[in-house]
Amino acid sequence: MYEFLYQLLGNQILAMFALACIPLVFILLYVLFAVWLERKVSAHMQDRLGPMRVGWHGALQLIADFLKILQKEAPVSKDSDKLLYNIAPVLAFAGSFAAFAAIPFSSKLIGSEIEIGLFFILAVSSFVVAAILMAGWSSNNKYSLLGAMRSAAQIISYEIPTALVVLSMIMLTGTLSLSKISDMQTSSFWNWYILGGPGVGYPKFLLIPFMIIAFIIIYISTLAETNRTPFDIPEAESELVAGYFTEYPGIKYAMFMLNEYANMFAVSAVISILFFGGYQSPLGYFGNILHMNWMIPFEQAFWFTCKGLFFVFVQMWLRWTLPRLRVDQLMTLCWKYLIPYALLNLIIIGIISLL
Amino acid sequence: MSLKTERMILNMGPQHPATHGVLRLEVEVEGELVIRVKPHIGYLHRCFEKHAEAMMYNQVVPYTDRLDYLAAMYNNWGYALAVEKLCGIQVPERVEYIRVIMGELQRIASHTVAVGTYGLDIGAFTPFLYLFRDREKILTLFEMTCGARMLYNYIWVGGLSHDIHPDFVRMTKEFCSYFKPIVEEVNNLLSFNKIFIERTANIGVLPAETAINFGCTGPVLRGSGLAYDLRKDDTYSIYNKFDFNVITGTGMMGTVGDCWDRYYVRVLEMLESIKIIEQAIDQIPDGDVQSAVPKRIKPPKGTVYTRVENPRGELGYFIISDGNTNPFRVKVRPPSFVHLEVMDALCRGHLIADVMAILGSIDIVLGEVDR
Repeated sequence: MYEFLYQLLGNQILAMFALACIPLVFILLYVLFAVWLERKVSAHMQDRLGPMRVGWHGALQLIADFLKILQKEAPVSKDSDKLLYNIAPVLAFAGSFAAFAAIPFSSKLIGSEIEIGLFFILAVSSFVVAAILMAGWSSNNKYSLLGAMRSAAQIISYEIPTALVVLSMIMLTGTLSLSKISDMQTSSFWNWYILGGPGVGYPKFLLIPFMIIAFIIIYISTLAETNRTPFDIPEAESELVAGYFTEYPGIKYAMFMLNEYANMFAVSAVISILFFGGYQSPLGYFGNILHMNWMIPFEQAFWFTCKGLFFVFVQMWLRWTLPRLRVDQLMTLCWKYLIPYALLNLIIIGIISLL
Repeated sequence: MSLKTERMILNMGPQHPATHGVLRLEVEVEGELVIRVKPHIGYLHRCFEKHAEAMMYNQVVPYTDRLDYLAAMYNNWGYALAVEKLCGIQVPERVEYIRVIMGELQRIASHTVAVGTYGLDIGAFTPFLYLFRDREKILTLFEMTCGARMLYNYIWVGGLSHDIHPDFVRMTKEFCSYFKPIVEEVNNLLSFNKIFIERTANIGVLPAETAINFGCTGPVLRGSGLAYDLRKDDTYSIYNKFDFNVITGTGMMGTVGDCWDRYYVRVLEMLESIKIIEQAIDQIPDGDVQSAVPKRIKPPKGTVYTRVENPRGELGYFIISDGNTNPFRVKVRPPSFVHLEVMDALCRGHLIADVMAILGSIDIVLGEVDR
């Protein structure tokens, strides 16, 4: 992608800039869509209609909301730590934005083809913790502080089961590169890792149940990492008003929301890459049938977005169905159940992959 | 090495999403652990009792609506009963039946809010809206009858403000058959949800003895396993004609008297209310609902105390009459006010998140606490 842009623009800096803009534009468009979707999903689940007035079924509502948020004054409370307070939203968004650099949208459309893509995403997405702690501390608000402390504890704890599942996937695939993992699951959905991967013979069938367990574990822990219900304890509205971003108005608040939604997509993307073939089509490509090779990357981007959005939709579905856990129950779930199971799963998958 | 720790005072409210009105809870916390809870009330004080002294007896009725605004019918009823007892008014049979039906519909409406907002406190948004949708149907019935949806001014001293609409009986029957599966749905969605049980079972256990000592009544007391219901134990109106059960907490998911029991008592009580309505709706006799309404109420000197089983517990009215057309003193015994005092005893040693679970389970209405 970079080479293409470099040839097009003829300048390294411009090419870099253009490259960085692609995920940014994607995130912004996606967030507009996702927030609208969230409102519609919640509305239809609750016998409501949701936004209906602005545009077709309220499709332009989010643009109106965004314009309103942009115009808002951004007062800073007197006793807050101004520097940290202002950095925090930017930092939070930077973390989840950086994760998009290594996510392969298709075989051609990838920000940076790095060999340790998976590791990179895990690393930068936990960057958000620092931002949340900064926000909670600098706001000088008790609810924010409690929310930030909970959030930090939660995100750090749930990194462990995520990492263990990722580790078992790395053992199977032998690579940390996301596009290589995607390429292994090519041709049809039978080769997806949720169905045992591209291998043949009985180890593949042995793998299937453990892959499903691995998928469930990573899905639960990424839910917790993105602070979604039933793990939205840091921003539990009935307890902590809005948690760590209680004191943030206007565009700074929007930055946190942008971070949350971007993060939702990032983790969904990682899950779809690890288990559901990433950008690979489950059925085959029209580009191959019509002998138009240029079509394939576009189809891949389409499939990738669909898979990502599907998992985002499931997250919304859960949010509007389930109640919220308590702090200690959350930790119990992580340390007493998810981590031992993930560890056990890791060992079993290791043994099977040796067969 | 010893770390210096400091207790933090967390002011929950007056503006807080989970305090169900304007209540301020001064919570002393050590980390996430609650050491002490001190409710501060009075943000909704409207001098009801003082106002009542300046009003004529029948003019007080609209004010009683505003005590427990989720169960306005019952407040009217309690007051009307007190004045009727003071004056010795016998109301017609038809009025009694309509009052019972309205009272039980109001109980369902009030419990749907209690159950729904309790889900909201725990973090489940959807059951709340489902139940509000169904409460809407009850409000439609009320609106059809007396024109108001929230503050009815319907049950007057000696009678009712309006007779029921011709369609009322049919629509109430339709509502009853519609509502029973809803309770089932709520149970599937919320009551037996694993996370919900984790959050509420064994939390805020209120032993029956403590409940009695604090003067708890209604679902809070019944949640602790004591079958005490004024409709049975100190029966008023025509409740002795109907067959219904008094629901008590059984500790099905944890300990007897925990938040889940209190919650589930309310869920099942909705079904019992449906039962009473179904029995009453077919037997409404003919008659004039305003035949016993006095033109001018001037009770003899004396005092009276009546109590009714409000959706939240024992609602008592104590009225002193000095023989004039306006009461000398009206004292209300609101269940919510009494229940709020249990907060501290229930919350100690729990986590901050549990404060919300406990506050929701005792189901207070601030309009009634402050009066």
